[in-house]
Parts: sequence; structure tokens; C-alpha cells
Amino acid sequence: MAWFRKSARQRHETLDEDLWTICPSCKVHTYKQEWQAGLKVCPKCNYHERIGCMERRDLLVDSGTWREYAGHVTTSDPLNFSDAKGPYSEKAAAAKAKTGLSESVLTGDGKINGIPVSFAIMDFSFLGGSLSGGAGEKITLTAEHAGRHRWPFIIISASGGARMHEGIVSLMQMAKTCAAIARLNELDVPYISILTDPTTGGVSASFAMMGDINIAEPRALIGFAGRRVIEETIKQKLPDDFQTAEYLLEHGFIDHIVARKDMKEFLHRVLQYSQKH
Amino acid sequence: MDLDFEKPLEAIEQRIAELKALNNRADVNFDTEIAALERKLQTASKRVYAKLTPWETVQIARHAERPLLRDYIQGLCSEFIELHGDRCFGDDQGIIGGFATLRDQRVMLIGHQKGKTIEEKIKANFGMASPDGYRKAMRLMHLAAKYKLPIVSFIDTPGAYPGFEAEARGQAEAIARNLTEMSLLPVPVVVIVTGEGGSGGAIGIGVGNVVLMLSNAVYSVISPEGCASILWRDGSKAPLAASALKITAAALQEQGVIDEIILEPEGGAHRNPAAAINATGDAIVEQLRRLKKISSKRLIEQRYEKFSKIGRFKK
Repeated sequence: MAWFRKSARQRHETLDEDLWTICPSCKVHTYKQEWQAGLKVCPKCNYHERIGCMERRDLLVDSGTWREYAGHVTTSDPLNFSDAKGPYSEKAAAAKAKTGLSESVLTGDGKINGIPVSFAIMDFSFLGGSLSGGAGEKITLTAEHAGRHRWPFIIISASGGARMHEGIVSLMQMAKTCAAIARLNELDVPYISILTDPTTGGVSASFAMMGDINIAEPRALIGFAGRRVIEETIKQKLPDDFQTAEYLLEHGFIDHIVARKDMKEFLHRVLQYSQKH
Repeated sequence: MDLDFEKPLEAIEQRIAELKALNNRADVNFDTEIAALERKLQTASKRVYAKLTPWETVQIARHAERPLLRDYIQGLCSEFIELHGDRCFGDDQGIIGGFATLRDQRVMLIGHQKGKTIEEKIKANFGMASPDGYRKAMRLMHLAAKYKLPIVSFIDTPGAYPGFEAEARGQAEAIARNLTEMSLLPVPVVVIVTGEGGSGGAIGIGVGNVVLMLSNAVYSVISPEGCASILWRDGSKAPLAASALKITAAALQEQGVIDEIILEPEGGAHRNPAAAINATGDAIVEQLRRLKKISSKRLIEQRYEKFSKIGRFKK
């Protein structure tokens, strides 16, 4: 209504938001189209914006080869949980409506340059990518399925950790998914873990760290405990690079840091070593 | 040390003690009064302990006088040969372990150590283990597999240590590796949650064929305080979070996470440690006798099945 009262500056900013993406890290403006074409990576500082599971799938899987697996699994509410903001069931329903996903992880099969692979791709926009009964079940079912077919299994993590709203069931998914990975190891089926921003808590402390090869995106936050909790515990400030992909590489927990645009090619190169020769 | 909800009991106990003291030295006799008060105490205790809230249970699980790992070792094991070190970095004291003769059973015993005195607490880092602790535990479990010894794992931790060094040395990796490798152990694994089952720090040595739990222990994905500060934005709502998270032994048994509840003496294990330790010993030995008859292959399958059915999707 009162558009004419807007200052020239405000109008300018609105215009900005339509055309430009401002890098949250270095604040440099990039044309929105260029940002999208660059896979949501800042051309100036290499900041990798969080992206959804569908975008990830499309970046990695040969077109026309994707088939969803265990897609019937969705959230449950074993505790009938409610917090200050209301029932968990409503929160879960809202997450489903917002994202169009049934859980925090998308599972299925597809090919990487012709090599068949099973995938579990987490999505941070679905309740912080949290590990729940449903998410653990999808990952476990897909790992078992990969094992039956002897297909390499790739998990792309993006998660704050276990989903509190499902209580102990969420915690137990750490053991459940790791047991499924252990079975793949017994079968000599390759398992590659890709850690993206963020991979923390119960997800970092289970399947995400157990890859035959652990790959991270540049500057992804990876760690067990939250930064604030650690600072409160040790009563001092942590270094800026603490819990970054680069920090983990330096400390021996990551094999490689690979930029988003190079990920598919890198996976293909690595997978070739696991194929029959 | 009495807890808030125990205050009414404390008053009666005090009165009984006073009367008993008088009884001893004066020519008066308070036997009838004492007997009446003792009956009253019994009814009052039953009333108080029968309807503990989850938050009150948390207080008992963390009670300063609750029996700790060392007490269980002392009470149940004729021999304990502690084994030290993770062969990588150090000898964490948040988790200890070694060969033990538990009643008549030779086992590999591991568990969180909390410490009683302030020196012990600091040494054990209040039961918050570092990656070195989890790696030591895994080393000992692999040794158990080699020597065909059953593993008995005692859980009592507020959580894995959230510290700078712990992160730098891979707290996440250490726990993840334990979860993965414990699932393939070819020997029986008996887990007992004796006090606090604090999240990843607990499950990090908690992948068992059976998981037993003392009746006033708790086991949770996050501490009630942590959950309250995130989901209620107010740490003081911990009692609410404790209820919502369903962390008591009975609630966990209902969820299929706990196989058996070990009944504590009335008022909690700290009121009669010997009885609690004894009951725990009985439960462990019974499970060991049963599990030792099962083949390695079947033990691994059964453990996989136990965890994979938690959260199994039902339409």
C-alpha cells in the first residue's frame, strides 16, 4: 500500500534480491543465474551453499537411471512427542509439505557414468536432516539392498544429528546403520561417505565416518559436539577452522576434499578401482 | 544426601533415629512408637517411589552415592586385571576395562568410570570418555573375540566428552567405529545401563546381544537439560523434556530397546548398594549362561536383528 514511502535504498535492495545472490560467507554479489549455473558455489570464495537431495541426485546420477528405493518409509512418532512448539507429528507433516520428501533422506539406485550405485542422500531442509527411525530404516534397507546386488553404496550426509523427537529410537539408528555398513564390509561391497555441510552429532558418529573413503565438500562443518557446547566446556574460543572439512583432512579423518562440480568425476575415478579388473 | 522428593521420608527417618537413641540410654521405652514410625516410613516410601516422575528418576540415576563401576567390580569380581591404553594415544580413564572373573565367569569387562572422590572424578573426567577411551574399549573387545571371552559392558556416562582435543582426535570416528565393529563381535555381549545412558557416549560401548537396565537408570538420545534448551529454549524445562523423551527403564523396555529391567532396592541402588550389585550380578550371569550356548554366527545375526528391528517401518 505505502510503497511510495519506501526509501530509495529499500527499493534498491529489493531489486538486488531479485537479481543477485549475496554470498553468506564473503558477501560478494553474484548474478543469480551465474550462482545457479555454478551449482550454488560462490565463484569468489568457493563457499558451497547447502543444496537439497534432489539437486544432489541430479548432479551425480546419469540422467534417466534413477529409481527410488524404500520410498514407502516415512516418519513415525513413537513417543507421541510434543514440545514448546506443539506436536512433533505436526512438525513432521509441515516438513513433508515444505520439502515434498517423506523423510530426511532420499534413497535409491542410479548410475555414475554407467556404474550402478545405491544412494542415500540426506536433506538438511527436512528437520535439519536429522537421523530418525524412518531415516535409519531407509539407510539400512538400502544398504542391505546394495549388498544383495553387490552395488557400491554412497551416503551423502547433511545432518545436525539424531532427531530428539523420536528419543531413543533415533539414537539406536546409529547402531543399526553402522551394523548395515559392517555387513557391506563383510561382503567387500564398497561404501563411500560424502560429508557435506553440516555433518554433526549422531550422524558424524555413525555411518558418515565409516566410509572406505570419506570425501567432504570444501569448508563443510563436520564434528561430533556443537561448537557452543565445546566452548562452554573448555571455557575458551575455538579456532575459526575448527570442525571444517579442511581441519578434518589435516587430522586424518577425511581422504579428500572435492568441489561440488568435480564430485561425480571423482566418484567415478574412485569407483573404477572397486570394479572387477 | 537426600533428594527433594525424599524430604518427607527424611523427616520420619530422623524421628526414628532420635527415638532409638533415647531408647538406648533412658529407662523409657519407645519400641511401640518406633515400630509405628517404621510402618509409616514403609508406606510413605512405597508411595514416594511408586510414582517417581522421569525427572526424579534422573536424580536417582545421577545420585552421588549410587554404586559405580568400581563398586560392581569389587562386589562381583574375584579378580580384575585392568588393561590399559588404546595403543594410539593414551589411557583414558573415562572408560576402563580388563579381564575379570565375574562370579564364576571369565569375561572381558569394560565400562564407564565416573569416580567417587573429586580426584577420582577429575581423573575419570566425570565419566565422559574421549576417543582414546572408545578405542581402548574396542581394542579390548577385539581381544575378547580372540580369546573367546564374553564381553560385559557397563554404561554410566553423561555423554562422550565434548572437548577440543576429543574432537581433534576424532570423537565421532571413534564412536562410529565401535558401533560398526561391535556389530560383528563373535562373542556374547551383555550391556548393562547402571546409571546414566548418555547418548552417543553410551551407545559407543552399548551394542549388545542383550541390554539390561537398572530400574532407576535412564538412557536417552540427549540429556533432558540439552533437549529442554533446544526444543523449549529453556534449560529449566528439563523435567518436561525428561517426560517427553521417555527415558526410563520401563518406557525403554516398551520400545524394545531394553531386554530386562534389574529391580533396584526401594529408594534406589544407593540405599542398598550391595543388594543392587547382587541383583545385577545375578542378571548378568543368567544372560552369560544362556548366550554362551549360542554359536558365533547366530550371536552376530541376533545382535543385527535386535538393532535393525528398532525403528522398523510399519505401515
